[in-house]
Amino acid sequence: MIIYLLCLMLFCCGLYCILRKRNIIKIILGIIIAEYAVNLFFILVAYRMGGRAPILSSDVEIVNMVDPLPQALVLTSIVIGLATTALLVALAMRIYEKYGTFDITKIKELKG
Amino acid sequence: MMAISNIIPLFVAISLLGAFIISIIGKKLKWIPDVIGNTTTLILLGLSVLAMWTIVTKGTLVYSVGGWKLPIGIALVLDGLAAFMLITVNLIAFSVSIYSISYMKRFTSKWKFYTLFLLMVAGMNGVVVTGDIFNLFVFLEIASVASYALVAFGTERHELEAAFKYTVMSTVGSLFILLGIVFLYSYTSTLNMADMANVLAQKGMSNIVIMVSILFIMGFGLKAALVPFHAWLPDAHPSAPAPISAMLSGVLIKSLGIYTLCRFFYNIIGINSSFSSILMILGTLSMVIGVFLAIGQWDFKRLLAYHSISQIGYVILGIGLGTPLGIIGGLFHLFNHSVFKSLLFLNSGAVEYATGTRDLKKMGGLMTKMPVTGTTTLIASMSIAGIPPFNGFWSKLIIIIAAVQANRLGYAFWAVLASILTLASFTKVMKYAFFGELRTRWSGIKEVPFFMKIAMVALAIICVIGGVLLIPNVNQIFLKPASDVLLEGTKYADIIFKGIQ
Amino acid sequence: MSKEHDKGMSLIVKVITRLTVGLILLFGIYIVLHGHVSPGGGFAGGVIIALSFVNLMLAYGKDVALKKISKSAMSFFESTGALLFLSIALLGFSGGYFFLNFISKGEPFRLFSAGIIPLCNIAISLKVGAGLFAIFVVLVLLKFEWEKKE
Repeated sequence: MIIYLLCLMLFCCGLYCILRKRNIIKIILGIIIAEYAVNLFFILVAYRMGGRAPILSSDVEIVNMVDPLPQALVLTSIVIGLATTALLVALAMRIYEKYGTFDITKIKELKG
Repeated sequence: MMAISNIIPLFVAISLLGAFIISIIGKKLKWIPDVIGNTTTLILLGLSVLAMWTIVTKGTLVYSVGGWKLPIGIALVLDGLAAFMLITVNLIAFSVSIYSISYMKRFTSKWKFYTLFLLMVAGMNGVVVTGDIFNLFVFLEIASVASYALVAFGTERHELEAAFKYTVMSTVGSLFILLGIVFLYSYTSTLNMADMANVLAQKGMSNIVIMVSILFIMGFGLKAALVPFHAWLPDAHPSAPAPISAMLSGVLIKSLGIYTLCRFFYNIIGINSSFSSILMILGTLSMVIGVFLAIGQWDFKRLLAYHSISQIGYVILGIGLGTPLGIIGGLFHLFNHSVFKSLLFLNSGAVEYATGTRDLKKMGGLMTKMPVTGTTTLIASMSIAGIPPFNGFWSKLIIIIAAVQANRLGYAFWAVLASILTLASFTKVMKYAFFGELRTRWSGIKEVPFFMKIAMVALAIICVIGGVLLIPNVNQIFLKPASDVLLEGTKYADIIFKGIQ
Repeated sequence: MSKEHDKGMSLIVKVITRLTVGLILLFGIYIVLHGHVSPGGGFAGGVIIALSFVNLMLAYGKDVALKKISKSAMSFFESTGALLFLSIALLGFSGGYFFLNFISKGEPFRLFSAGIIPLCNIAISLKVGAGLFAIFVVLVLLKFEWEKKE
């Protein structure tokens, strides 16, 4: 139970970074941390007591395995996070080229 | 030789094929992205009409990918609501892709535009067609990431800033959705939607289901721009190129936000009065706040973006009512709003193409020089304001009557008020942009090229004859299967399992 | 000779990279091909293949790495990987279902078994490897407008 709470606290740390930091790069890092926390939570949910790694091999007898489905889903989710992060970094570099700063309080041209 | 249900995976496969073929050979010749892009969307439109016909004659179709038995494998489900959304998405995608043959000549690298556009269409089709929760999340992300790149397409200052804000907020929404999916999987240990509905019906309401519902309202509400979560929309939709604004405002927020909300709250978790009230309150807030913020705007596309928030509030109000008349009104307004809001954004793109500005105070009297654009904007404005006999009037009338019939007169009053303010706002647009006298600096402008005119005229014709969808015979084909799916609620699961045999 | 010493990192890094980068590429290909028998598969193997090229670029400078594989070749491989994956999926229609496993499945735990899964792994590794290296190349080659005027 306490390990799930720690994982959700990591998610809240990432969310705090997205909401309160002023530098664009720190906001991107906040997104990365929050995504990491959700993936970690997914894997932790799949644990079964006394299970072993879900890999079949021809010589060992299988008795008790952890749930293998979330491991495949988390692989997909990591790829999605990678794509979003790459796009955000490219956007941040272009913003630096046009505005000359990474500070979001100075990048406020759209208003109203 | 093949059963008719084999067309279901083709919606995703054909758009992905088109996108990657353009990516390989689109750089060599100039006309290849246009031809392949438009052919792909035309084929998809034809397939969705065929899918609607199949629903009417054969009922719900279930297709298991790879032949794996349900509930272990991934299921693709084609029922009334899916066919309805497919026609909406592919119709708007086809007209926008015809429009962008001429409009995107102003930008560099048109093949990149068509690749990203077809990827976005593939993602939206996939969200609508799938019957498996994690598959829905993957397609949602494909469509979202393609749209982040498309909003920043021109790489000017405003577009980059708007794209950054949109990306960050939408990623937070996706994280909430993924967290909700994790909680649901740990509670029900299955990923198939129909199986999940069965398990949740057996286990009953518990704290985890309430937390999952709140996470989904936050996550999908961010994608659909409901009112506490709407802050990205007024920046992102004006800054995108005009065809992309039409796609975003016309179909993306509906397919990714409203369709998934309906699916979860009606078919899987099961609607009860507290969810209904939450949806109706959020809808009313969106309606009123959207329209109040739109009145003071002088930028044409920003005004249209605020009106999008308001009209989505109408749809959520209609669907949240839960009565048969309310659901039909909400779904019909969803289709109508796709048509007239896309038409309005395409018109604003045409005005910008000809004059180079979006500021209403600088325009005036454009009707004499651009008659086609002016007439179609007039038709679309009358539709959105709810003037008979255009299609917007019928859907708003049904929503207001449904609210009165369900004895919720407060919501009906706010709906009427928002409608009156919408009328005032669009009268201002028409007066400042098209009527009035022509300024001297605009005396040299011409009407827009041929392809843009064709796309706008086609959508305007659908606006005019849209009321015909309520005639009982046509109603049976188009709207009734969609609303029946939502009204059955969690009995959806039985239909899916019966459809396998 | 002195021009080569100006770009990239120091001599020790260059020598070690020259010795190990081929082994990293081979290891990545091994993980891709044995994806149906041991953990790994398309995505993990593709990342390792991309990282071998990134290693080359970091140690020697971008000109040497781009001479080995050019930018347009990267783009071509990426789209080819995706098209290969889609065509394997569409070929499943011949057995009656989209994405059906229609090649014969041999005995388990051998290298040539499990139907279409090794072919899908190869396609995915092409796409992921080329895609990751392309992202890296684009971010390195991004020239700011105020740098271009020099």
